[in-house]
Amino acid sequence: MSESKTMMERISESTRSLTTGVDSRDVEHWVTIYIMGRGYEVPADLTIMTAMEFAGYKLIRSCGCRQGFCGACATVFRREGQYKLESALACQTRVEDGMYLVQIPFSPAEAAYYDIESESYDYSVFSKHYPEVARCVSCNTCTKACPQDLEVMDYIQSAIKGDFESLAEQSFDCIQCGLCALRCPAEIVHYNVGHLGRRMFGRYGSPEPEHLKTRLAEMERGEFSSALDALVGASTKKLKELYAARVRESDE
Amino acid sequence: MTSEQTSTTHAALDAGSPKRTRLPYYPGCTLKTTGKGLEDSALAVAETLGMELVELPRWNCCGVVTSLTDDDLMRHIAPIRNMVRVQEMSDAGLVDDKRVVTLCSMCFNALKWSNARIGGNAEDLKSINDFMYLEEDYRGDSEVVHFLEILKELDPEAIARQVKVPLGNLNVAPYYGCTLLRPKSIGIDDPENPTIQRKFLETMGATVIDNSYKTVCCGSYQTVPDKYAVAELTHDILSHARSAGAEAVTTFCPLCAFNLDNRQREVLEKHPDFEPMPVFYFTQLMAVAFGLNAECCRFDLNHTDPRPLLRGKKLMKEDA
Repeated sequence: MSESKTMMERISESTRSLTTGVDSRDVEHWVTIYIMGRGYEVPADLTIMTAMEFAGYKLIRSCGCRQGFCGACATVFRREGQYKLESALACQTRVEDGMYLVQIPFSPAEAAYYDIESESYDYSVFSKHYPEVARCVSCNTCTKACPQDLEVMDYIQSAIKGDFESLAEQSFDCIQCGLCALRCPAEIVHYNVGHLGRRMFGRYGSPEPEHLKTRLAEMERGEFSSALDALVGASTKKLKELYAARVRESDE
Repeated sequence: MTSEQTSTTHAALDAGSPKRTRLPYYPGCTLKTTGKGLEDSALAVAETLGMELVELPRWNCCGVVTSLTDDDLMRHIAPIRNMVRVQEMSDAGLVDDKRVVTLCSMCFNALKWSNARIGGNAEDLKSINDFMYLEEDYRGDSEVVHFLEILKELDPEAIARQVKVPLGNLNVAPYYGCTLLRPKSIGIDDPENPTIQRKFLETMGATVIDNSYKTVCCGSYQTVPDKYAVAELTHDILSHARSAGAEAVTTFCPLCAFNLDNRQREVLEKHPDFEPMPVFYFTQLMAVAFGLNAECCRFDLNHTDPRPLLRGKKLMKEDA
């Protein structure tokens, strides 16, 4: 009898998610989600990403920083009873009962290759590398898809007007998840257009910061070489200690 | 348009009041890039005439070419979204007029045509409003006008008073092209024999040269796939103007301007005897006549430099 009890304990143990460490017995509220068509019971307070891991998925793509910054975990979902396909970042969005989910591992969108030094700082840089921008019908579908709540259509319109500054400002928080491009009826690759625009603005439109010039000169003079060599030569243990003891802006 | 609106425009101008009449203004993409000479000169001219053209916030592309397909509503979203901006501006009291002023003939045509097409069809208006659910509903009652129509409402004497450099010895052929005039229900003048530019050019003292090629199509977007086909049209249009006695042409359309001006390079390849001719934006000439700072004309963006002609006629300082 004691042997079978041990067996039950082992089975119970196996239901604990290895990645989230949540024991199902401790969970009070459960929701049902559907991952690529299959239903799973998951704790109600998980994000989509942790819920998928709870359900047994091991994420090797569609998963990056887990902090809402990298844009790797683009997710398309639909709520039960709704017609609308919505989008979100899996690491930033809580599961809801009846959510139908699919992960978008990667947008195979074209990214232009160019030498920024030989591009002209006007609209023609967009018509040259991303001529599709001229096809924008202003439907705003890109904006509706953006998990960062950016005014995506507006920054594409800024590109069409050759207004690099407003493009850079409006697209600054883009995390390049690619959902805009996947939804666009005009086949525009918004996030890469934004990327090109911000680079052009950085190179030609904004003044070179004084502190950057100073710091580059310091580096040229080798003022940080010994500190860098010390880091490169440090053991993993030492590096971990230094990392844990680092001073962050938010601590000051 | 109501009579009150017209009288407001007049009042600001006649009283020489420091408070300018504020009109919603839609620039369009080209006026922010290659067509800067049209925008900058028009804004300066409007200011001189007591009007402030207030740029719509968050405007988008006008839609460029109006879709004539009954069920192709997607193509009307861009122009109607701009009309929502006009409505917002007007409702917020940021402007004194519900009519949005356009400069580019193409934008004028696309916005006015879509506005008439969708604004006049309750079912389609609802479809578009439903689709644009993040915007407030467009009521369909804002209007689209062209800058020339606004000029027409002003007191001709008030315009004449601003003329500091009469264009007396300059022979100008007004060119209209298509989008200011056609279709008739959208156009601002007789589509066969338009004369609206004549009156103002005469007010500015220019010698106006009429010719039958003023409404011939410039070739429009055919300039992309076949620049030599367009160059032939340019050759015909400018040669007729020249043989009628013109030294320059005027236009309100950045695409006509590109085809008539920049394509002179291809015309010269095919017709080495062709004599290049400056192509002015209408408001560039107004700015010259008003004696405004030449900077607002952005003549550096013209392909055939008009400055030698203007200097030769003593209409522009040697160093300007």
